[in-house]
Amino acid sequence: MSRQIIVPFGPQHPVLPEPIHLDLVLEDERVVEAIPSIGYIHRGLEKLVEKRDFRDYVFISERICGICSFIHGATYCQGVEKIMGVEIPRRAEFLRAIWSEHSRMHSHLLWLGCFADSMGYENLFMNCWKVREKILDVMERTTGGRIIQGVNRVGGVSKDIDAEELKRIASGIPELRADFTELTRIFDEDLTVQTRTKGIGMLPRDKAWDLGAVGPVLRGSGHAVDTRCTGYGAYDELDFKPVVRNESDCYARCMVRAEELFTSLDLVEKAIDRIPAGDILTKVRGNPTGEFHARAEQPRGEVIHYVKANGKKNLVRHRVRTPTLANVPPLVHMLAGCELADVPVIVLTIDPCIGCMER
Amino acid sequence: MIEQEQTIEMISVEDLINKVHSFHDEGFRLVHICCSREGDGFELTYSFDKDLVMSHLRIPADQNTPVPSISRIYLASFVYENEIADLYGIPFAGIAVDYKGTFIRTSVPHPFGTPQIEVVKRRPDETGGKA
Repeated sequence: MSRQIIVPFGPQHPVLPEPIHLDLVLEDERVVEAIPSIGYIHRGLEKLVEKRDFRDYVFISERICGICSFIHGATYCQGVEKIMGVEIPRRAEFLRAIWSEHSRMHSHLLWLGCFADSMGYENLFMNCWKVREKILDVMERTTGGRIIQGVNRVGGVSKDIDAEELKRIASGIPELRADFTELTRIFDEDLTVQTRTKGIGMLPRDKAWDLGAVGPVLRGSGHAVDTRCTGYGAYDELDFKPVVRNESDCYARCMVRAEELFTSLDLVEKAIDRIPAGDILTKVRGNPTGEFHARAEQPRGEVIHYVKANGKKNLVRHRVRTPTLANVPPLVHMLAGCELADVPVIVLTIDPCIGCMER
Repeated sequence: MIEQEQTIEMISVEDLINKVHSFHDEGFRLVHICCSREGDGFELTYSFDKDLVMSHLRIPADQNTPVPSISRIYLASFVYENEIADLYGIPFAGIAVDYKGTFIRTSVPHPFGTPQIEVVKRRPDETGGKA
């Protein structure tokens, strides 16, 4: 047996936009064990719910994450609306679905770019982010915000998308589809990508389930689990099939995200086609009482917003189980047995969002 | 929108391990463990998922009595148990990966375990230049 040494990975590392630390126990160049440490940027946002009006807190819940902010806000609202017995206008549910899918596309494109960058593939990174700009332009035109939209309200949404703008979004879909096809082709066929991802960071099907993986990490290991299939919001009318790959390696997780871009485009197309006319906001009276586990599918996987209230304007508890936190135990499993040089690529395949995880 | 019923089964701490074992044997995935204040004490809610339907177990807890860890059944629970131990001060017995209070670094011990946090602002000269 070789001598074991411990190499620190993070909290500051070129592939990590946010701080997470891993103690990598190595034998020669092989990782024997990885011990994660978090908590560098814990903000205690959940505690803030005890101080803020439940309506104002929507804006704080959106700021849990700087990438999937929209879905955080929408899921929080979903939970509060449930315990208050508020039925939001159908049009608002469709609008939330349209913005959620745009959020997913921008997040996946951001990730694909960062993933390419982690392999030293600089121009692929730039191409992914160039396409992402088109998605952000739609978000900005329709909500006023590129990253933080601020349109979710308890009872619906504060902004509508008019027929002309919906037509404009629909007319941009073929161009986006062509862009996605070209990007997916590169990730699927390029030798550099294949060499760095195939057969690396294995997470077998049974382990993925047992370790509580969610989102593309779980679907990349052969499980057709997608929270959108529960039919929350407008998704009961927007039928789709979750993208599943069976290879269980870094390549599978990458391709799940790449193929989900097309699913999101299809969902946007269907939502634009079926969106009903009507109000976008229901007036909410009184304060919430009760508890509910609201859940939704974020780009990184299932998110849980647990809300508990006792009839006052401040909630008693707001607990957010973000997908990155759920994907930390599977990451530890993926890293055991890999080569040191593959660690950055493997870490990125869970699409870590530390801001989300720390809340 | 399709509504999903959410039932929470109240159980005693003694029954926890057996119940969690049955969820594991039936093929449920651990979704998360949530702690919240209830009266003078706390309650822990264990959520599981199978076929996109969530099931929940709930036990009472306090800061003096260790709760048996379920990490020997669901290894993934170590992240939730360490988080609860650090934020609420509820001890867990037998966590597979026990960070012993260093998982979430907080400036005040167990900030979520108290109803009110007192934030003391100090000038840099009082802290020797440290924030």
